[in-house]
Amino acid sequence: MIGALRNYFAGWQPRARTSDGSAARLGLRRVYILPSRHGILLCGFFVLMLLGSINYNLSLGYALTFLLASMAVVSMVHAFRNLAGLTVRAGRAEAVFAGDTATFNVFLENETDQPKQSIAISREAEPVEYYDAPARAATPARLRIPARRRGHLKAGRFRVFTRFPLGLFYAWSNMDLDMYCVVYPKPEAARLPLPAAEPSPGEGIESGYGSDDFAGLRPYHAGDSLRHIAWKAVAREQDLLTKQFTGRAEAELWLDWDLLPGVDQETRLSRLARWVLDAEARGLNYGLRVPKTRVEPGRGDTHRRRCLESLALFGTEPG
Amino acid sequence: MAANGDIGFRNTAWLIGALAMMAAPHAEHLPVWESLLCVMLVLWRLHIAHRNLSLPPRWPIILIALGTAVGVALSYGILFGREPGVALLIALVALKLMEMRTLRDAMLLVYLGYFGVLTNFFYSQSILIAIYMLATVIVTTAAMLGLNQMAGELPVRARFRFAATLLAQSVPLMLVLFVFFPRIQGPLWGLPQDAHAGLSGLTDTMTPGSISQLTLSDAVAFRVTFATPMPRPSQMYWRGPVLWNYDGRTWTQGRPTRFKAPGFQPEGEAVRYTVTLEPHNRHWLFVLDLPAELSARSRVTNDFQAIAYLPVRERMRYEAASHLQYRSGLAEAPSELQRALQLPPEFNPRGRALAQSWRLRGGSDEAVIAAALAHFREQPFVYTLTPPQLGEHAMDDFLFTVRRGFCEHYASAFVFLMRAAGIPSRVVLGYLGGEVNPVGNYLIVRQAEAHAWAEVWLAERGWVRVDPTAAVSPARIESGVAAAVPAGDPLPALARVDYRWIKQLRLRLDAVANNWNQWVLGYTPERQTRFLTRAGLNAPDWKSMTAALTIGTGALLLAFVAWTLWRLRPAVQGAVQAAYLRFCSKLARRGLPRGQAEGPRDYATRVSRARPELAQVVDAVIQLYIQLRYGTLRDEAAVAQLKRLVAAFKA
Repeated sequence: MIGALRNYFAGWQPRARTSDGSAARLGLRRVYILPSRHGILLCGFFVLMLLGSINYNLSLGYALTFLLASMAVVSMVHAFRNLAGLTVRAGRAEAVFAGDTATFNVFLENETDQPKQSIAISREAEPVEYYDAPARAATPARLRIPARRRGHLKAGRFRVFTRFPLGLFYAWSNMDLDMYCVVYPKPEAARLPLPAAEPSPGEGIESGYGSDDFAGLRPYHAGDSLRHIAWKAVAREQDLLTKQFTGRAEAELWLDWDLLPGVDQETRLSRLARWVLDAEARGLNYGLRVPKTRVEPGRGDTHRRRCLESLALFGTEPG
Repeated sequence: MAANGDIGFRNTAWLIGALAMMAAPHAEHLPVWESLLCVMLVLWRLHIAHRNLSLPPRWPIILIALGTAVGVALSYGILFGREPGVALLIALVALKLMEMRTLRDAMLLVYLGYFGVLTNFFYSQSILIAIYMLATVIVTTAAMLGLNQMAGELPVRARFRFAATLLAQSVPLMLVLFVFFPRIQGPLWGLPQDAHAGLSGLTDTMTPGSISQLTLSDAVAFRVTFATPMPRPSQMYWRGPVLWNYDGRTWTQGRPTRFKAPGFQPEGEAVRYTVTLEPHNRHWLFVLDLPAELSARSRVTNDFQAIAYLPVRERMRYEAASHLQYRSGLAEAPSELQRALQLPPEFNPRGRALAQSWRLRGGSDEAVIAAALAHFREQPFVYTLTPPQLGEHAMDDFLFTVRRGFCEHYASAFVFLMRAAGIPSRVVLGYLGGEVNPVGNYLIVRQAEAHAWAEVWLAERGWVRVDPTAAVSPARIESGVAAAVPAGDPLPALARVDYRWIKQLRLRLDAVANNWNQWVLGYTPERQTRFLTRAGLNAPDWKSMTAALTIGTGALLLAFVAWTLWRLRPAVQGAVQAAYLRFCSKLARRGLPRGQAEGPRDYATRVSRARPELAQVVDAVIQLYIQLRYGTLRDEAAVAQLKRLVAAFKA
């Protein structure tokens, strides 16, 4: 019998899955529990009810008081159960701009047969989000942390807690998973014009736009050539659209650290970030030059991300 | 509840439902205006929650609160005490709803709801109320559960199930607390004046109509279990107050009773019995004529009233022994005999003349008594629960004109005639007979069995009981009230019904109620001590009870935690690992134990090499295990397969 019990329990010893810091299993020793303020208030009510029962010799009053007190104790075990056995696994975190809120994706993995409810995840003083974690499932959850400065944002110590089922006890566990999020410099608010494009070697076209092959339509911006307006679309009472053409040889726009002398480092990074966004929005071919880093001209999400990442990690130790 | 602190309509409605269930039974004794006020406030609050409006500002609520307090003080004449306290609590709950903004407010209301359930027990602790209040507690707990659900909302049934599960899991712990928590005899502080309002029973005076009012009540006065054979109903005169003084209309006890242990000569065997007396807020304990021993904290007066030291305000148990045959008061003091002859001279001239004519005709006391009884028997007297009003000369009216009356009229008239004829006599109030409950074999005595009879003093025989009602209506004495009154008279509902199954059901229910009273409601400090002694706890005091309490609750809690943890094991992993370890133990029994740090693959290889005939099955088990434990396979069927393989493998 004892052997069978031991065999049974052996199956859920915390496994060494936390060595890489990507997940934490809330074993029995990691979950702490204390009465909440509501629980303490209810204790006061129990004393009152007991005194009333004694004074008026209310046998059912005793029974009621004892029933509710027992229920409070039982709810403590439930609060503990609601948290214990949960595995919190780190997920990806999308990069954000400084000043925004970083969202760390985590998974609440419930391997047990019983659903867990109203599980909160938060860092101190940050807003709390609650999740239900059904049995035998991984529930995606988010940990939101304000990104104040550019660079690597570490999720740091956060807390998983619950007051379920009755709010009388507060069960919690602190953890520190290896979760990072890249924080781009906050783009400058003022929209300074992009620097002049440099002609690509051997070509001599002024505009960053090609004008040879029709490539598609995009909304009209002030300053677009009238010759490129899609007049057929206007005739159909659509918004003004500009026809886009790709040139065989586009100009290369270099967003260069050295273009901004006499401005302090963070402002420079901010402005470069703004330029990266603007250049990408206008479909330009752009490259980035900052000290020690050079991103060859290009376009598209991946390219943009690489540029912004270079700006984000400028001057920080890698990692 | 939403995480942003908004309580929401659903939770508000649940909470209001729970509180309404708690408050509903109170409507019976609350002032009508307050019930209406509470209903209006609650409807307003529901409207606000439903339309998602903002709550009213504080000041009108405070004004209503002050107005309610004044109203309660005016309605009850006092602001402190049990009844106004309950009225204030209900009003507080309704007003607090009007400013319930945060989770904290809502939780406070839940607690007030639980407390309100307790206040219902001031008025009744019957089984029905207990069941209703249990339902109320379940709904209140379900409301509390909803308040603490921050993410999703449970469907109604799941919510009820969860609340009921929580309560069911608390029952074992509650029982241990109930049995072992050292009971303290209340009250701890002075009870308010109104604490015992509404208890009914015999009073210490008798006017025409006072008992017939009582006999319309089905309420139980007391229950009796007999240790010796139960006497016949007609022999069971349960003695209560003895009345000496007559002012022409009302019989009273007269001067304060004397506690002088009066002896009497018993004739025949004693009857031994245990009475469980319902509270009636008076001092009398009812015992069979005449009591020889009494276990309660009480004394017996010189006219054989059993008087408790304190008014009976709780259900009370006492054991007694009585002798139904006796001689008493042979040497009664002359001053007492003088008291037993007192009559107001100015009333009832015709009755006096009648009594004196008997005395002149017959001479002896016995002859006068016989003449009086014959008068009742031979004149057209009727036994009825609805006697007409009597005039100023009440006895004359009754004896010569109306001739309709109830036991109090006959007892009263008989004693009047005796005293007019010069025979010392007195009125005794109490109960006669009772109903035998074969379920549980005990006697139920109801208020309907209230009775009045007379005692006369004869020189050679002492005090002798005479029941004039017997002369008019022998059926009352032998078979109870229902048999004695003419058809068409009002009767207590239960006395009238003669369908067998209803009677049977009623007796069964009373037996349940009796056990409830004895074991749940009557679990007093004495009962606790007796029960724990019988259960094997030596000389239980608060120390040993606390020890038992600690051990009991601790053991239960440990068991509950262990069970909870057992259910917490990872559903698939636990089963897989257990199956693997089972397999290893089986192999170990075949002489192939697994090494301390040996992995499953190495172990399988070693076993297969040592025992080639096992290679196939070992390989199958280990492969499946590795896939389930370390691979991506998470299939219930595969787990079942693994278990099957392991089970089929013979050690």
